[in-house]
Amino acid sequence: MLSPSKTLVDLKNAGIYRSGRWLVRGVDLSVSRGEIVTLIGPNGSGKSTTARMALGLLKPDEGTSTQAKSLKVAYVPQKIAVDWTLPLTVARFMRLTQTLDDSALRNALQTTGVAHLEKAEVGDLSGGEFQRAMMARALARKPDFLVLDEPVQGVDYSGEIELYDLIGKIRDTLQCGILLISHDLHVVMAATDQVVCLNGHVCCKGTPQIVAKSDEYRKLFGERAASLALYQHDHDHVHLPDGTVRHADGSITDHCHPDDGHHHADDMEQAEARNAG
Amino acid sequence: MLDDFFVRAIVAGVGVAIVAAPLGCFVVWRRLAYFGDTLSHAALLGVALALFFQIDVVFAVFIVCALVALALVALQQRASLSSDSLLGLLAHSSLALGLVVLAFMTWVRVDLMGLLFGDILAVSKADIALIYGGGAVVLAILALIWRPLFASTVNRELAAAEGMAPEKTNIVFMLLMAIVIAIAMKIVGVLLITALLIIPAATARRLAHGPEIMAILAALIGISAVIIGLFGSLQWDTPSGPSIVVAALLLFIISLTPVYSIFVRRKDIAK
Repeated sequence: MLSPSKTLVDLKNAGIYRSGRWLVRGVDLSVSRGEIVTLIGPNGSGKSTTARMALGLLKPDEGTSTQAKSLKVAYVPQKIAVDWTLPLTVARFMRLTQTLDDSALRNALQTTGVAHLEKAEVGDLSGGEFQRAMMARALARKPDFLVLDEPVQGVDYSGEIELYDLIGKIRDTLQCGILLISHDLHVVMAATDQVVCLNGHVCCKGTPQIVAKSDEYRKLFGERAASLALYQHDHDHVHLPDGTVRHADGSITDHCHPDDGHHHADDMEQAEARNAG
Repeated sequence: MLDDFFVRAIVAGVGVAIVAAPLGCFVVWRRLAYFGDTLSHAALLGVALALFFQIDVVFAVFIVCALVALALVALQQRASLSSDSLLGLLAHSSLALGLVVLAFMTWVRVDLMGLLFGDILAVSKADIALIYGGGAVVLAILALIWRPLFASTVNRELAAAEGMAPEKTNIVFMLLMAIVIAIAMKIVGVLLITALLIIPAATARRLAHGPEIMAILAALIGISAVIIGLFGSLQWDTPSGPSIVVAALLLFIISLTPVYSIFVRRKDIAK
């Protein structure tokens, strides 16, 4: 077991050189236990390359990349093309790199809202459903270090918010370090501890507030992006894709009614007050 | 019982079908059909070298196939030529080289047809021992690497990131392919080994809902193809290796017909 405050992954001045050019260079980045680090940047700015260095998939041509010993990693890659010739159900996919008992498997699928797809073939899932299945797989692995490459692509807007919420929860319950890649410049979760803005090199980094105010960030993404939307919200229930409803207390019901005991009267009033304001 | 040549042929063929099936599934999943072809073409060079140096044929074929497989892995990593061009280059040049070397050795008489299309009816008890012994080793090793190999088949980077060492399992898999080709060569011949690897696996796909089930079904389909093919070859006096492949093809065609899909759908509903 790793000690609580330990640095899980550390990149120092790391760079990758391919066919005559630097894909990314001079990256200093570290992820510690319980920390969420978000990588943002335009297309081709080296986000995925940086993540792959952190995962140990690429050896830096310059600088160093170190992973803590016996680090348990979970990876949600950007894209997986599963060929039709591969008979792969969601349940089997969950067990791809790990042994899982049935209840752990179902719990993880329920958390990401795709419990009803357990027996479905992975090739038949929609983009958003597959994304949720990949999140469930990573979650069930109980990793020390979780890397999410564009985890909300193909997910509808409300689902996106729900998944960002879930990422924060995963961090809180597992106390793992999370490296999150997002091209979504405007929605960087409030839960993020550190934002690293890449454009072939680290152009700025710090807390979301600091990055949003930095000149480099404004230069890169324009004045309009300066109002870096920090997503914050607090509604008390979530509509899951299978039609059921998960409430703030964690219970799941078929429908949601204001008087079913899962809703807090105060919240309703607050919501009305907010709308009025 | 094994004194009858026909019984020996069936026992040997069933053994090869069982070993070929799970590897054949990986060949289909990983799109390695042409790779299988390349290895089996190289097998002929192995035969030629075995005769030249007077060493055991199966052993020589295994060594040549293993070397070709490793050469391919190394060449692919350099990626100077595209994979399919590399495979074509290696496949046909090793086949041609094998034929040329054989032609030079005027003092040995080689049953070329037997090499190319198999000579299952001439299988000896020693061959059967080799098929089942070698086959057991292959299946045992495959069972050991099954999870990492399958994980890296689904997604190599994901498997690598989560500690499944895809490079190592890939090399082990290549060596297993070399063993299977060495022991299957006598049954269906150099030109038809790939068929025995991929046709049963392709037939099993429509019935299977998981990789492990698909491998088992492919084995059962392969066994059926061997038995049907051999009885057919006895009945109509056709060459045995091609008959087995034709039987496998028939099973595959049946798997595409509506009758078959109705059966599958009923089963799904029953679940």
